[in-house]
Amino acid sequence: MQIARVIGTIVSTVKNQSLDGRKLLIVQTLDADLNAKGDPTIALDSVGAGVGELVFWCRGKEASFPFKRDETPTDCTIVGIIDSEQHVYRK
Amino acid sequence: MLLARVIGNVVATQKNQRYEGSRVMLCRQIMPDGSDMEYTCLALDSVSAGEGDIVVIAQEGWSASTAATGKPGAAIDSAIVGIVDYIDLLPEEK
Repeated sequence: MQIARVIGTIVSTVKNQSLDGRKLLIVQTLDADLNAKGDPTIALDSVGAGVGELVFWCRGKEASFPFKRDETPTDCTIVGIIDSEQHVYRK
Repeated sequence: MLLARVIGNVVATQKNQRYEGSRVMLCRQIMPDGSDMEYTCLALDSVSAGEGDIVVIAQEGWSASTAATGKPGAAIDSAIVGIVDYIDLLPEEK
């Protein structure tokens, strides 16, 4: 899992049926100091995240497990919203 | 599996329900000699690891999910599966 910030949304009308009603968000992965790391990527939302929020995502096959139709085609899913930047405790 | 040091944790009230009761730890990968590497990641704790501990992280879904929640099939891709007591290295690798 990685920390990321939601920096945008994606609208897609024609998509796989399993993705109907799902929210596609653009996320920028962050390192432990909350600095941007790598390129932005697209993640499917499972927790009601919105633009600007600090979240964490899960990658791989496990990314489809939050959804009832676990054949949902996703390789990156937002699985938690971090309460605030002050809730990232680190040395 | 990764060798890492626990450098903190994050608090998330709104999260996938399979994460309930688990701690999400912030970890930094380290070299066997203890020096920091650039890669950081979040991992669910399954062994009561604390900040500063050197740990072993499994980055595979079935293993991570089973270790952290007791059952497979959760949206978890990495879990702390062990706390390192010490590392023995060949003298030339130190």
